[in-house]
Amino acid sequence: MIPPFDSAQAVGFAPTTAVAEAPVVKEPRDWRRLAEAITLPAGALLVAMGLFGGFCALAGASPLGVYESIYTAAFGSWFSFQNTLIRAAPIMLCALCTALPLRLGLLVIGNEGALVMGGLGTVLVGATWTSAPPWAALVAMALAGMLAGGAWVMAMGAMKLYRGVSEVIASLLMNYIAIAILNHLVNGPIRDPASLNKPSSYPIPEANLLGSLPGSRVHYGLLFGVISCLIVWFVMEHTVFGFKVRTIGGNLRAARIVGLSVGKISLLTCFLAGAAAGLAGMAEVAGVQGRANESLAAGYGYAGILVAFVARQNGLGILFVSIVLGGILASGGILQRAHHLSDATVLVFQGIVFLVILFSDSLYGRFRIFQERTAHVR
Amino acid sequence: MSGDSIGWLGVPLAIAAGAIRGSAPFLFVSLGECLTEKSGKINLGLEGTLLLGAMSAYAVACKTGSPWLGVLAAGFAGMCLGLMHAWLAQRSRVNDIAVGIAMFIFGSGLAFVLGDPYIQPSAPPLESFELGNWSQVPQIRAALKISPLLLLGVGLAFALHWFFHNTRWGLFIRAVGDNPSAARAQGISILKVRTLSIMTGSFFAGLGGAFLSLVYPGSWTRLVSSGQGLMAVALVIFARWNPRYCLYASLLFGGAQAVGPALQAAGIQAYYYLFNAAPYILTLVIMLFTCTPKRSLAGAPAALGTGE
Amino acid sequence: MNKTCKSLAAFAGAAVVAGAAIGANAANPVSMGFIYVGPKDDYGYNQAHSEGCAGVKKLGWVKAAEEASVPETTAVQETMREMIVQDHASVLFPTSFGYFDPHILKVAKEFPKVQFVHCGGLYTPGKHPANVGSYFGYIDEAEYVCGIVAGEMSKSKKLGFIAAKPIPQVLRNINSYTLGARSVTPGVTVQVIFTGDWSLPVKEAEAANSLIDQGVDVLTCHVDSPKVIVTTAEKRGVMATGYHADQSPLAPKGYLTGAEWNWSSVYAQYAQWIREGKTLSSGSIPHLIRGGLKEGFCKVSPYGAMVSEKAKADADAAKAKFMDGTMVIYKGEIKDNTGKVVIPAGSELKQQDITLEQMGWMVEGVIGKTGG
Repeated sequence: MIPPFDSAQAVGFAPTTAVAEAPVVKEPRDWRRLAEAITLPAGALLVAMGLFGGFCALAGASPLGVYESIYTAAFGSWFSFQNTLIRAAPIMLCALCTALPLRLGLLVIGNEGALVMGGLGTVLVGATWTSAPPWAALVAMALAGMLAGGAWVMAMGAMKLYRGVSEVIASLLMNYIAIAILNHLVNGPIRDPASLNKPSSYPIPEANLLGSLPGSRVHYGLLFGVISCLIVWFVMEHTVFGFKVRTIGGNLRAARIVGLSVGKISLLTCFLAGAAAGLAGMAEVAGVQGRANESLAAGYGYAGILVAFVARQNGLGILFVSIVLGGILASGGILQRAHHLSDATVLVFQGIVFLVILFSDSLYGRFRIFQERTAHVR
Repeated sequence: MSGDSIGWLGVPLAIAAGAIRGSAPFLFVSLGECLTEKSGKINLGLEGTLLLGAMSAYAVACKTGSPWLGVLAAGFAGMCLGLMHAWLAQRSRVNDIAVGIAMFIFGSGLAFVLGDPYIQPSAPPLESFELGNWSQVPQIRAALKISPLLLLGVGLAFALHWFFHNTRWGLFIRAVGDNPSAARAQGISILKVRTLSIMTGSFFAGLGGAFLSLVYPGSWTRLVSSGQGLMAVALVIFARWNPRYCLYASLLFGGAQAVGPALQAAGIQAYYYLFNAAPYILTLVIMLFTCTPKRSLAGAPAALGTGE
Repeated sequence: MNKTCKSLAAFAGAAVVAGAAIGANAANPVSMGFIYVGPKDDYGYNQAHSEGCAGVKKLGWVKAAEEASVPETTAVQETMREMIVQDHASVLFPTSFGYFDPHILKVAKEFPKVQFVHCGGLYTPGKHPANVGSYFGYIDEAEYVCGIVAGEMSKSKKLGFIAAKPIPQVLRNINSYTLGARSVTPGVTVQVIFTGDWSLPVKEAEAANSLIDQGVDVLTCHVDSPKVIVTTAEKRGVMATGYHADQSPLAPKGYLTGAEWNWSSVYAQYAQWIREGKTLSSGSIPHLIRGGLKEGFCKVSPYGAMVSEKAKADADAAKAKFMDGTMVIYKGEIKDNTGKVVIPAGSELKQQDITLEQMGWMVEGVIGKTGG
């Protein structure tokens, strides 16, 4: 009998050995665990803000002023919140690209490459099929982006499966290769001669661009991100496929014994992961830039990796953590302009927040207030 | 210092020179990562360590006028980051990959913020040994300028290899990396061994950073690193966790970095983006050819990535 | 072309007025926003703009907010919006080329009362919103002068140029540099290496070393931060001319001279216009502003210690011709480095000529290809 897999465990290269706690009869999640799951990260965030305030004070800015500015810039008004959402959108999708294979036990850090390939796929379809009506164009571009990104990550998975090449390395190298391909194409074969001083691909006709969500200036990429996160959450937690994936991730040998087709499931999961990042690429190209150029490789991929880990590969968690990160990034500007802090301060902010949240992971089960009152049953 | 162009001969010479010039950072980070991974932990944050090391070396060298003090400062800065990483990554339920990436972001941010005032000043460079003075050709003279840090790195590679196989501590590290429960049963403190390994590994990475800012490219700017810290993990797996192979892999990468510009200088302009990606394509191809599903992780410390 | 001449004249005249009005009225500060694509202290492009901003802040009635390291994605759109909404900026200066399309165009439509002034020169009347304008400098004039000094000082007669990408702005610098060098030393060659991106220190160092290995003894560049190239040249004992800002502290022995921006006067001019209530939309501020050495948009760095008297004399003579308006760099017949005639004999292209902004060729004497 395969033991139920606790999705709250962090996963590394290979399945972790179970955390050595006394065997407890699994209670359904009750309010204590939920409270713990909310309080610890929230507390971590507060502590992180405190530490960051200290850092700012050392750099010569007033911590209270910094806090106020961060609030204003990230969540203080609908205007600011849109800024946060705009930045969170691509990160959400990229985080899924790491989170999905991580459930399998594979560490893929090739989100940046998949995003870039997705963007290239999008522009190849969008800029050539210019006579298409807008709806058809958008669907075609989205499919192209997802296909390109999916194939890219599936290739990494295949390399691991058939040649035993570490997926960490393969994905890291393929990031660089994807960016080189992007640069080569955009400066050469698909370069728009009119894009003189900033070499870019041919543009997508304006009518076929991805518009903004009604009532806001956030483009549809956000909707893609939110829906994808919800779908992934649902599939992973509540469907058979998700269960199979988690089984493979939890205990590979047991999965094989039970007869799961590990290869097929792995490749499919990798494809879906890449498709998510590819969709982010599509949103960047069709929703923001209107064409492909070097600005496509903006670092969303690497931000996504961290979000996937901090959110423990949980779809809902990714949604939430991406928004937090979006808020941090959104406050970068005001830190520079109002407090004269260096532009790299926002990196320090990110680092502190994530380090403290990761630290808080180790505090689960340490606070008695969150423990079960009943005795353990063996 | 002018001379006649040496045309096509310039390309292999440039690659060899690139290997000598550019391999040291790869060498130091890969040795550092090798040490860390032998003890069973992965450190993906070495890029941040590299940058902080580069910045510290430059800043201290500027302030004190001594490049060697800068090198020490870089190592020390690396050690501090290593301590943070070791402490955090060894707590229960904390995933060391995530910590590595967070440290990368934090380390880079810190390096940039503290380093902004040091972009303007010039630091005294670390002088290299001029081993090519026997030649009349200025290009060969320039290519054979070998930095003492590189020699240190080479020595370190061989020393580390000897260390793993011939000393008690080397044995402890390997034991902790291969079979933590057995090591624990023998009374070895896993926490202590891993912490020291990670800290020392980060110390080496800091030295690699010092090379970047004091030797080659020899300047402090934000993009002084070309991803050596991230590639360290790849290099170590590529080298099968053997310090001597880390040396060869680093030379390969350093040389591959010089291919693009060298070819352009000799007149080949086409596909320069693809040429610039040469090191990565090369590594991927080599790995595809040499790995098999059964044998891929031979030499890997068994506890790596299992969270034990 | 007439319009541009008029705007240059207007600029020159108004600059006098601006100078006289310093510190007069601090009651209504003009709020400006500056956006840079890289860090402010890069010893190069962004630093030049930041120095311009610092210069204009000295006028007591200007309030300037700066934001650095803003990538050419939605981030810059959000930065612009924030500067308008939170800092109440009335004029924005997004200084990186890639900010224009689609970012500036999109945000400009949302805020028709704010002036968006882009450094780069892409504004097309009728096509782009009326509250957008462009400014750029003919720094290739300064490069021409640097080329003269380099050509004179080089012993091997081989110059090296490390450039980011083969785009018109860069090619124009390469060509002006070469034409300047060849005007004093006809057989000199300029070898070009393209690194592929605006800021790649390791590639720039490699390129510098490769060029020096090939016999080059004066280096120059067009990348965001010339710091690495200048320090590498100094280390290997070759000469260098700088770009964007003054890098002479980095190379006390080998720095000959350099082509620098001089943005403070430009920014002061815009500030003055805004203060007088002029706008781009009404046409009272010209949409396209350009200038070279004469109008003070750029300048040549002071000569280094090594520069010979003859080189200084030749350079000064060229500078004088720029100042009195008689210098034409692109005067026919000019052949490109494949042998084709690109500017026929007898015709001249003045600096404001639009065809120069679409340059896709490299002049005879340049070793290298523009295609990839």
